[in-house]
Amino acid sequence: MAGLAEHLEAARARAWPEPAPGRVEQVLARGAGTEEDLRVLLSPAAAPHLEAMARAAQALTLRHFGRTIQLYAPLYVSDACENTCLYCGYSARNPVPRRTLGLDEVEREAEALAATGIRHVLLLSGESAAACPESHLAAAVRRMAPRFRSIGLEVQPLGEEGYRTLLEAGADALTVYQETYDPALYAKVHPSGPKRDFPFRLETPERGARAGLRQVNLGALLGLGDWRREALCLALHARWLQDRHPALEVGVSLPRLRPHAGGSRPPAPVGDRELVQILTALRLFLPRLGIAVSTRESAALRDNLVGLGVTKMSAGVSARVGGYAEPGAEVPQFEISDPRSVAEIQAMLRARGYDPVMADWPFPPGDSALADAAVRGS
Amino acid sequence: MQDAWIIDGVPVTNRLFLGTGKFGSAALTARVLGAAGTQVTTVALRRVEPGSGGEDLLSALPEGCRVMINTSGARDGEEALRIARLARAAGAGTWIKVEVIPDQRHLLPDNLETLRVTETLVKEGFVVFPYMSPDLAMGRRMAEAGAAAVMPLGAPIGSNRGLRTRELVEIMVREIQAPIVVDAGLGSPSAACECMELGCAAVLVNTAVAVAPDPETLAVAFARAVEAGRLAFRAGLPPVREAEASSPLTGFLGTP
Repeated sequence: MAGLAEHLEAARARAWPEPAPGRVEQVLARGAGTEEDLRVLLSPAAAPHLEAMARAAQALTLRHFGRTIQLYAPLYVSDACENTCLYCGYSARNPVPRRTLGLDEVEREAEALAATGIRHVLLLSGESAAACPESHLAAAVRRMAPRFRSIGLEVQPLGEEGYRTLLEAGADALTVYQETYDPALYAKVHPSGPKRDFPFRLETPERGARAGLRQVNLGALLGLGDWRREALCLALHARWLQDRHPALEVGVSLPRLRPHAGGSRPPAPVGDRELVQILTALRLFLPRLGIAVSTRESAALRDNLVGLGVTKMSAGVSARVGGYAEPGAEVPQFEISDPRSVAEIQAMLRARGYDPVMADWPFPPGDSALADAAVRGS
Repeated sequence: MQDAWIIDGVPVTNRLFLGTGKFGSAALTARVLGAAGTQVTTVALRRVEPGSGGEDLLSALPEGCRVMINTSGARDGEEALRIARLARAAGAGTWIKVEVIPDQRHLLPDNLETLRVTETLVKEGFVVFPYMSPDLAMGRRMAEAGAAAVMPLGAPIGSNRGLRTRELVEIMVREIQAPIVVDAGLGSPSAACECMELGCAAVLVNTAVAVAPDPETLAVAFARAVEAGRLAFRAGLPPVREAEASSPLTGFLGTP
């Protein structure tokens, strides 16, 4: 099997001809099993069929996930970062004060977040091995684990050994966005810092999977480049991981570029119709794929995306370091467009006939000793 | 005429078991179970988390409905064992649907791990219902290990495709010395009825009912279909008439 980078680059470079007349209807009728089918659904020719795509995506999502949406929230442990990503508020070039939470502060955040009902948490940091090293992340995860059912990591990419350490500490999931699958664009928007290493980042989910994490989540930052090719590569990346790790739960996020402290506008904005085309095409191509929509999107849009293929939503989010225990502190990573509380999101989902799933794993995550303690303690 | 299946001392007359995983709310789940007169239901322990603002399904279940905790989420036998033990420790009972799924794309079970878990849990005193891909040898081993029933799939989970594994399930019903429950893939009451006509002891349904526009009514339809199929099985179906040979095969023997 060719390497992942070659596989995706070949797909990205391949010509993308206009689908033959009737092809969109054919894919909708027979299902989207191949890369070519996926290209058809992402093509301009599919745009007039958005309603049919949405109906098919809804039916598939109902079959595989039922009327449920899993809720999660991020916990920011550090905004220190050595990268200078042109689109991000955490860029090392932004002259804002930085902070890394100590372990007691992490515990206070975890306590405040767990009090809202959240049990699936995403531990988030900038990328600075100096300010927030692996050892600190592991210690933070250990402090958090007893209060949660799942701890995901969205931190600087680590080696396989690092993920194994964090898995033992209690982490069970990994989120890492490639941002863009176009290596030239990637180099342009990541001018300096460890993130410049495109292949190392691309292989990160694979390292996490090999370490034994239950779940990996991929993402392309929509708005940076050609969204059709980004969505294509995202889907192929997800399928590549599924092929190699059948037990792995693979998910994606579809973040769109938002205004931030650095102040730039998206170079290639993705509209709502395009977002829905991507979302439904991904669902039709990968029926069991987890799909998350974050509070970067507005409340109204998020409400309408429920039922189109989304399986996870963040709720009650603070995108600031220390934001749960001390609201109002620090600069957020991005502007939140949906400020609703966990209870408000739960109420919205119930009103739409969906069950907000708070827990989807029976133990504190990771370490089997904690699970055994749960058995003894019950 | 009472036609009860005695499971672990409990008489079960409603042979439609309902899963709870995909309903839009705990309240709806409870209404559906109530409407169908459900006596046995499966609940995923991973979804049980009182105090999170989520709904507490276990306390919402109708009176008299027995819970079979399923080990959904387990990727291997070790995780399934741990979930079963936690369920018992948490007071959720000893009836366990063993579900070991190392395949996220199709959600097809791992029969070998499932057998191992079945053997261990039976020894630990659980009432064990292994969910499996239909296979006679494995089913026999699970029955010999002491499974309360063997639960082959009718079609992949959530597919609503009906009893696609009919030939294999039929053989299992005939050959295995334990009740057979078809679990997964049954999309219509007629498919559930078909399983019961074959002699299955029960069927387990979730997706078809949970995502239906009117889950309560569809659950009732399933329950009636299951009852009809069971009655037909007990009554004995007449043989299907085969085409007759045009000239007698034994004519050459002459008249006796």
